[in-house]
Amino acid sequence: MSYDATFRVWRGDASGGDLQTFTVEVNEGEVVLDVVHRLQATQAGDLAVRWNCKAGKCGSCSAEINGRPLLMCMTRMSTFGEAETVTVTPLRTFPVIRDLVTDVSFNYEQAARIPAFAPQARDADGNHRMQQVDVERSQEFRKCIECWLCQDTCHVIRDHEDNKAAFSGPRFLIRLAELDMHPLDVTDRRDVAQDEFGLGYCNITKCCSEVCPEGIHLTDNGIIPLKERVVDRRFDPLTFLGATIRRRRRGD
Amino acid sequence: MELERQDYDVVVVGAGGAGLRAAIEAHASGARTAVVCKSLLGKAHTVMAEGGIAAAMGNTWPDDNWRVHFRDTMRGGKMLNHWRMAQLHAQEAPDRVRELEDWGALFDRTADGLISQRDFGGHRYARLAHVGDRTGLELIRTLQQRTVALGIDVYMECTVTRLLTGPDGVTGAFGYWRESGRFVAWRAPSVVLATGGIGKSYKVTSNSWEYTGDGHSLALQAGATLVNMEFVQFHPTGMVWPPSVRGILVTESVRGDGGVLKNSAGNRFMFDYIPDFFRKETAETEDEADRWYEDKKNNRRPPELLPRDEVARAINSEVKAGRGTPHGGVFLDIASRRSAEYIRKRLPSMYHQFRELAEVDITAEAMEVGPTCHYVMGGVEVDPDTEAARVPGLFAAGEVAGGMHGSNRLGGNSLSDLLVFGRRAGLAAAEHALMRSGRSELPDDALADAARAALAPFDREGGENPYTVQHDLQQTMHDLVGIIRTEKEMLEALERIGELKERVANLSVEGHRQYNPGWHLALDLPHMLLVGECIARAALERQESRGGHTRDDFPATDAEWARTNLVCSLAGDGSVALTRQPLPVMPAELAEIFEESA
Ligand SMILES: Cc1cc2nc3c(=O)[nH]c(=O)nc-3n(C[C@H](O)[C@H](O)[C@H](O)COP(=O)(O)OP(=O)(O)OC[C@H]3O[C@@H](n4cnc5c(N)ncnc54)[C@H](O)[C@@H]3O)c2cc1C
Ligand code: SF4
Ligand code: SF4
Ligand code: FES
Repeated sequence: MSYDATFRVWRGDASGGDLQTFTVEVNEGEVVLDVVHRLQATQAGDLAVRWNCKAGKCGSCSAEINGRPLLMCMTRMSTFGEAETVTVTPLRTFPVIRDLVTDVSFNYEQAARIPAFAPQARDADGNHRMQQVDVERSQEFRKCIECWLCQDTCHVIRDHEDNKAAFSGPRFLIRLAELDMHPLDVTDRRDVAQDEFGLGYCNITKCCSEVCPEGIHLTDNGIIPLKERVVDRRFDPLTFLGATIRRRRRGD
Repeated sequence: MELERQDYDVVVVGAGGAGLRAAIEAHASGARTAVVCKSLLGKAHTVMAEGGIAAAMGNTWPDDNWRVHFRDTMRGGKMLNHWRMAQLHAQEAPDRVRELEDWGALFDRTADGLISQRDFGGHRYARLAHVGDRTGLELIRTLQQRTVALGIDVYMECTVTRLLTGPDGVTGAFGYWRESGRFVAWRAPSVVLATGGIGKSYKVTSNSWEYTGDGHSLALQAGATLVNMEFVQFHPTGMVWPPSVRGILVTESVRGDGGVLKNSAGNRFMFDYIPDFFRKETAETEDEADRWYEDKKNNRRPPELLPRDEVARAINSEVKAGRGTPHGGVFLDIASRRSAEYIRKRLPSMYHQFRELAEVDITAEAMEVGPTCHYVMGGVEVDPDTEAARVPGLFAAGEVAGGMHGSNRLGGNSLSDLLVFGRRAGLAAAEHALMRSGRSELPDDALADAARAALAPFDREGGENPYTVQHDLQQTMHDLVGIIRTEKEMLEALERIGELKERVANLSVEGHRQYNPGWHLALDLPHMLLVGECIARAALERQESRGGHTRDDFPATDAEWARTNLVCSLAGDGSVALTRQPLPVMPAELAEIFEESA
């Protein structure tokens, strides 16, 4: 039932660090976060790690496990062989603070730049009326738990630190898409999407959609439709080609 | 001493639903406002709430109105709730929900395009505004985005360790940045506590590491009082298997949407546990219970949807009687009652949670569930209209405040509580601050003392590790002050808490001040112990059973205790003092509501 696993965990801070190897007990049904907690409680009391819900709902415990961006609380130990070494490292796209904790303030800065939601007036009786089918499109993006795994994965900022100045990352492109599709919102964000959030930098590799723990189709349902909407006024070579299969959407 | 200093009118401690709603209102009232929170913005406990926000909007059942919601809430709390809080809550919740839509929230809709409302335990009508089973995420994200759009200052990953007070009340707060370990002091005439609950003191809990009772403890230390601390809610349905997920919540919506509880013999045992208090409004047969989902007028509620305390005790009894599941729970079955498509649509995150964490497909098989520590009804004693605590300038809202839920909270009534009382607290805190001219200086010795206390665990060497002490406290509370309580066990708990206090005073931590979870835990532990002591003392004193407090040695409710609240304060020597206080008397026009037919 329980066995000893070999864990390699990156330990260090902004000035540098390295992988440390631990032998640690693993019990039936456990996830990677349980094992990291056991390390904290028994071998490394000051091991820095973020977590809250332990059920995939808060998006705090993101890390790279054997090189893959994952939530530690939703990665079961049974997905690894007992003899397999499990390597846990911090998100690579963001600067390390300590151990598995990175400085994700880039994301909070992007969030603060989003032009705020601006609703149309309520009906005379004080209610807003919307149909379920119309809210569902934006609801998909509102499932986002802000784990930043898509941000970590997107090669535009993962491999090119300089792009962070011009490209906000997939999470914020779908936030713009969400507002764009929101039945009540009255602001047009097409220009800022292109000019200030770097929509044109995305070349639709879909890697972000692949890592999203919420199963959000960032590219197909968010980024591509947003690009199409921008094309109404602009020329963007990628979506120009895709534009022939464009569907009619609200407000067009 | 290196210290960052900041000045505000209002400092809100906590960035869950209550804290963010308070900050938005304080800001709107013209106060310079800051929010401080232990985790990143958007990760507070509120994000985990699943089922919905209770508000008598009448969108699905036009007969619903605030009077019915008020009545349900008071009866759910076995009439110990502060009537004025329950009244304000029921009256204002619908507006607070509608307002979220103006800030971008997208709730599920009815066929007419209105906000859809779902059934939950103890609520007479389908009343919970919801988004699938991730309502808390919608609520916190909406408030977070509003907070950011308004440009309110947020201090995230920053922990408050002390409230600062002077002769006229609150003067500010002291804390540390988790990232660097550096200290920060806020000078402010108003502080709103919105720190949430205490569940991390228990072994099996739906609560996260943040729930260490900081706000409860900070309030006591600043001279405020706590009320109803003996009432801790054990949610009837937490996961029980595998061990590493034990305690993680299974939302009540599963039952609201048609799921039923069965024992190992396959019986719907809840029919055997209907208390007289709720007999008139509960179905007697399975047929009647099943018809209720479609026709609430002519049928009564299934017993699975009795208030949480009743269901949790029933599950506990079934398991004790040997009718439990292989892993010591009972079965929660929705698979045999609703289509797979319906289940995936209404309960997407439950479906995901069981598939990923337990390898159970809830559209095909029953879940195994058992009680888990979930919510604390007790909290800071406040004025119902302003959420002011007994210390001038101190306010409390959300789970950290007491009174609203009496001895037991109904599901969905917390998220609405956060919005209603968060707003009221923010408003009153801003008014208080703007009335106060001039700012009090924070005395150097108080700041130096706070810093010394925070660093003490580094100065000691060779002491115990904080994780071991926390583990022992959790075991103690679980074993001795859990769902079913006796005098003997609680006396033993108090003795153990005394020993744990000594151990905490001597523990030491490794490493340095930068993002060091061991150190952070060492600073949380004194709060956990103080709160644990309040719970145990109040639970020992109340010699009756009511709501979230069940005494094996006093199994009945008692008429005298029905009129009595227990209030905790801190005595001069640092021990917890208890006083009995008469319940506020409900005005006649509200009392009438309970004469009306059920
Ligand atoms: C799994 C789960 C499901 C739930 N489902 C529902 C539901 O469907 N409906 C419902 O009504 N209720 C539900 N509840 C209950 C409800 O979610 C909580 O009671 C509510 O969210 C508490 O909100 P709050 O604003 O009081 O505190 P929280 O959201 O917990 O926020 C507390 C804040 O205080 C901060 N804090 C704490 N201590 C300090 C300190 N010392 N210094 C600085 N900051 C501090 C924390 O960092 C955090 O930001 C659920 C609870 C759980 C656990
Ligand atoms: S699809 Fe676009 S945003 Fe997503 S990972 Fe690829 S380049 Fe980045
Ligand atoms: S879109 Fe998905 S991957 Fe990206 S932050 Fe949100 S939940 Fe995480
Ligand atoms: S701890 Fe919340 S997502 Fe992992």
